[in-house]
Amino acid sequence: MYVAVKGGEKAIDAAHAWLAEERRGPEDVAELSVDQIKGQLKLAVNRVMAEGSLYDPDLAALAIKQARGDLIEAIFLIRAYRTTLPRFGGSEPVDTEAMACDRRVSATFKDAPGGQVLGPTFDYTHRLLDFKLAADGEVPSAPERAEAPETKPHIMSFLDREDLIQPEPEGAETPPDLTREPLELPAARPLRLQSLTRGDEGFILGMAYSTQRGYARNHAFVAELRIGACAVEMGIPELGFAIELGEVELTECETVNQFQGSKTEPPQFTRGYGLVFGMCERKAISMALVDRALRWKELGEDNVGAPAQDEEFVLYHADNIQATGFLEHIKLPHYVDFQSELELIRKLRREAMGQVRQEAAE
Amino acid sequence: MDGSGDPNAARKAWLSVLAKAQAADVAALWAEAGYAPDHEVLRAPEIGAVMVRGRAGAVGAPFNLGEMTVTRCSVRLASGEVGHGYVQGRGKDHAMQAALTDALMQTADAVAVENAIVTPLRNAAEARRTTRAAKAAATKVDFFTMVRGED
Repeated sequence: MYVAVKGGEKAIDAAHAWLAEERRGPEDVAELSVDQIKGQLKLAVNRVMAEGSLYDPDLAALAIKQARGDLIEAIFLIRAYRTTLPRFGGSEPVDTEAMACDRRVSATFKDAPGGQVLGPTFDYTHRLLDFKLAADGEVPSAPERAEAPETKPHIMSFLDREDLIQPEPEGAETPPDLTREPLELPAARPLRLQSLTRGDEGFILGMAYSTQRGYARNHAFVAELRIGACAVEMGIPELGFAIELGEVELTECETVNQFQGSKTEPPQFTRGYGLVFGMCERKAISMALVDRALRWKELGEDNVGAPAQDEEFVLYHADNIQATGFLEHIKLPHYVDFQSELELIRKLRREAMGQVRQEAAE
Repeated sequence: MDGSGDPNAARKAWLSVLAKAQAADVAALWAEAGYAPDHEVLRAPEIGAVMVRGRAGAVGAPFNLGEMTVTRCSVRLASGEVGHGYVQGRGKDHAMQAALTDALMQTADAVAVENAIVTPLRNAAEARRTTRAAKAAATKVDFFTMVRGED
């Protein structure tokens, strides 16, 4: 039974007015500007762009402000906005080899051409609170070193030359798009990668961690992790040629994994891949590990029943907007649903109690 | 970029510079140059999205990474040249100024327009890139081998 109920408009208006006031916070403290969020909370902005699946730092910063710092709420706002935009087309696949790297490290080769470039990393910090930041934000400027531009070839290309790494198969020029077609299983790798790159960082991290702890163990080395700017190129119909439409910051992680060989494949290293909008290193590494775990079927490995091998489990639960939508809806009024449950349980109790009384009387 | 024998190379290059430029930089240069060519708007500035793609393992099958915001606009000058602006982000003025610049770059004033708008934008982009590259280079690890203790 469905009964429409009206009411609560005044309460809702008052709640929203109070929300706006709480969002603003104490008025004797300066208001946060969108530019401040964009410039100083950049990693939060990056996460909102990656999981909101829309690269626009200004919008992501605005969403974070509006959501009072609740990143999933901000991602929700971005996803909602995204649906209002006409799609002009799809880009050429980005050329990550040509990335202008802020950071580029390899855990497998010390002397990689192009070198180990640490970039603005939290690694090697002592994780001690810096109380100077509570006082003033003055920082010395970062040192610079003039250097002739140096190419940074993908580390994987070295293993590729020796046939030690499994080659990457070609695919359709226009990949499947889960924002246009509902996600159906089994999902080909391009669809899995799209789902993982916009998936919840915490969920993907947990799944990746489970593979490291032994659930579908596939011991991963980070062959390369690179972060930097890549040009986005797209063919423009009215021009008849492609132009660079813009530049996006990306984090790319390539893992090399042990592989003993299988019935169909010779012993060689296999690969996992992570590519994420912005500087999202934890997410990119996690994505690469989960990508590798999900590839068990195409590599002829055994399904050991690990959660990270189960594409239905991973892909259907990775999206935090779907998850939070379904989860949070249960707090909204279910008065009528619950009323019927209440009546049912009362009836069952009446019957059960009646039976007990009858047995006692006999 | 240049000298590749591609007849569109020059136009592709300036359109790419305009697309990737900071909207504020374009606006400032446009205002300074004071251009106000007679034109007709063929497509008013429109905000949309482009699906950015990557490749599995950097070299394999393409996949959809996520969208980026793009604004586009088309104009025709009174003298007939058609200009297209496709720019990153949601800058309607940026897209309009890019389209007008593209059109002006096809006229006899191309050299002046290049000097006033395109070259400063290219230099600004190059300067940003060089500064970041220099900061990155300063964080490059110089390995050295410790002298072994045993004989």
